Amino acid sequence: MKTIYMDNNATTRVDPAVFEEMRPYFCDLYGNPSSMHRFGGQVGVRLREARARVAALLRCEPDEIIFTSCGSESDNTAIRSALSAQPDKRHIVTTRVEHPAILSLCKFLEKKEGYDVTYLGTDERGRIDLDEYRDAIRNDTAIVSVMWANNETGNIYPVEKMAVIARERGTVFHTDAVQAVGKIAIDLATTPIDMLSLSGHKLHAPKGVGALFVRKRLPFRPFLIGGHQESSRRAGTENTTGIIALGKACELAMTHMDEENTSVKTLRNRLENGLLERIPDAIVNGDRGNRLPNTTNISFGYVEGEAILLMMDQMGICASSGSACTSGSLEPSHVLRAMGVPFTFAHGSIRFSLSRFNTGAEVDSVLDTLPTIIENLRKLSPFSADKSAPACTKAFSE
Amino acid sequence: MWEYTDKVKDHFLNPRNVGTIEDADGVGEVGSLACGDALTLYIKVNDSVIVDAKFQTFGCASAIASSSALTEMLKGKTVAEAERITNKDIAEYLGGLPREKMHCSVMGQEALEQALKHMRGEAPSKMEHSHEGTLICECFGVFDEEILRAIKQNDLKTVEDVTSFTKAGGGCGKCIDDLERLLKEAHGEGVCPTPSAEPVSPAQGLTNIQRMHLIESVIDNEIRPMLQRDGGDIRLLDIDRQLVSVQFIGMCSNCPSSHLTLHNLIEAKLKEKVDPEISVREG
Repeated sequence: MKTIYMDNNATTRVDPAVFEEMRPYFCDLYGNPSSMHRFGGQVGVRLREARARVAALLRCEPDEIIFTSCGSESDNTAIRSALSAQPDKRHIVTTRVEHPAILSLCKFLEKKEGYDVTYLGTDERGRIDLDEYRDAIRNDTAIVSVMWANNETGNIYPVEKMAVIARERGTVFHTDAVQAVGKIAIDLATTPIDMLSLSGHKLHAPKGVGALFVRKRLPFRPFLIGGHQESSRRAGTENTTGIIALGKACELAMTHMDEENTSVKTLRNRLENGLLERIPDAIVNGDRGNRLPNTTNISFGYVEGEAILLMMDQMGICASSGSACTSGSLEPSHVLRAMGVPFTFAHGSIRFSLSRFNTGAEVDSVLDTLPTIIENLRKLSPFSADKSAPACTKAFSE
Repeated sequence: MWEYTDKVKDHFLNPRNVGTIEDADGVGEVGSLACGDALTLYIKVNDSVIVDAKFQTFGCASAIASSSALTEMLKGKTVAEAERITNKDIAEYLGGLPREKMHCSVMGQEALEQALKHMRGEAPSKMEHSHEGTLICECFGVFDEEILRAIKQNDLKTVEDVTSFTKAGGGCGKCIDDLERLLKEAHGEGVCPTPSAEPVSPAQGLTNIQRMHLIESVIDNEIRPMLQRDGGDIRLLDIDRQLVSVQFIGMCSNCPSSHLTLHNLIEAKLKEKVDPEISVREG
């Protein structure tokens, strides 16, 4: 059975060209880039090249890029650095729809280190109120951290405008751009964003490599302390193969950006519209007019997400769900909860995230398969739109 | 991805006995859309023998498989035999369930109990949960009796265990202290002190200023940290004799259960720590 992979916001296939680029650096060119000999030095040259490629995609200076192990490390480094550099400031602004790399850290900082955190809410489409955001920034706000694009709904947030407001208030602005990089144009030369996180495996590089953009002259405190790698900003021998791969992936992302916003978007729309036409009681979660070109998050009423996913898995279709049961948690997606998606739909959400490797035939196959799966699960369910479901008296507490 | 046994997968992909029984002798309905899983169980009884059982389930793979397994287990059993079926039996029939999914088997046991009660005319057919005792987990509507029974039947040792088997504690987490207390109680490590018949007012003898400071102190040191743990907070707006006005901020401001927080947490804590006559309103 052929696998149809539509879970690219979870991770992506390594582009064959990326793989070829990194291949020699495992067994042949394995020198340590910090070594004095030429064998290591030649790897150092490739690291510099990779740094320049990442910087070119983001439109920043190469020495503003610090290589890390993943997006979560970049996020943690950014927030920890801002707090450490401004010890008199004890307040953080973020949103309720961030990735756990931000939310869990903020909860930890609140509980264990006494920081005050403001979590901005969203409207029903997942949009942030800029006036509420402006009011949330205080004189003691050390950092604002707002994601560029949401991993579950694909919603794009106005981080460029938000960075301007933060700059006016003298507050450091960080964005978790893990889902945005490679899919939409990013121009750090024209925005006052201070720090930006990205992750290699979301843009067809392998897992285990990420990067953090830190604007020049921004006070910085390293998270990993040890050797002098990364200009003493991140200790530890570099993941050279991963970094070289990330550089190539960024170069390819520039080449394929138009494709993301045309052919991938067209496929996404065909999938989304097809499912909405074929399946009753289905809704799209998020801001359909302002989201990543590859992502759609659809809720199917009266059925549960994990059951849908496992039945899809039987047919070789890979997607993701914001349902509680897939996460090990008991609550449905915090993003959908923040948007006020009714329980009727929140438990049955499925995220399809496409890439340039998906095809029209794959979309057709999903359109042929999923309606039957939903229909079969609804036959099992005691709830449906035309039955009176028991009153939902147990609203989730926040 | 969850590790399911082949039998769980089989009962999920090929569920047995799906549907309703029009002239059922007993119907048991537990769970809700909000909780994320629900089961309606129908049984038909003839001469004290369960001759048919059907189900409808909204939930994950293990919820569907547990329901299917339960109906297979019930058919042909006497009512007396059915009464002895526990969640452990359902899980064992399936070759085991992931620990985090044990609440699906508990849902089956609860539905069976409801169906048998309904058959005897002891309960209405439609119940979200067996509402006995004191409500402990507001998020999932779980009562202390259910929790104590799950602890004893399954020899649960930790709060995580209790959450896996009952869902209690899996939401906002405000009931974690209660779950720890129930675990101790169930294992005979101490019983809750009985409240005194006449509540004592700690604020007796205090001046107005001292009393206001005490209210502020209780809010700052005891109430606020609990709300902040969940991303919320409150602002003290006013104190007018026994009437305290507060405003919810952060996550609490949009919380659908804020009225419960207002009365069951904030007001209860101020009554306990300051004055039993205090009432709290949202300003």
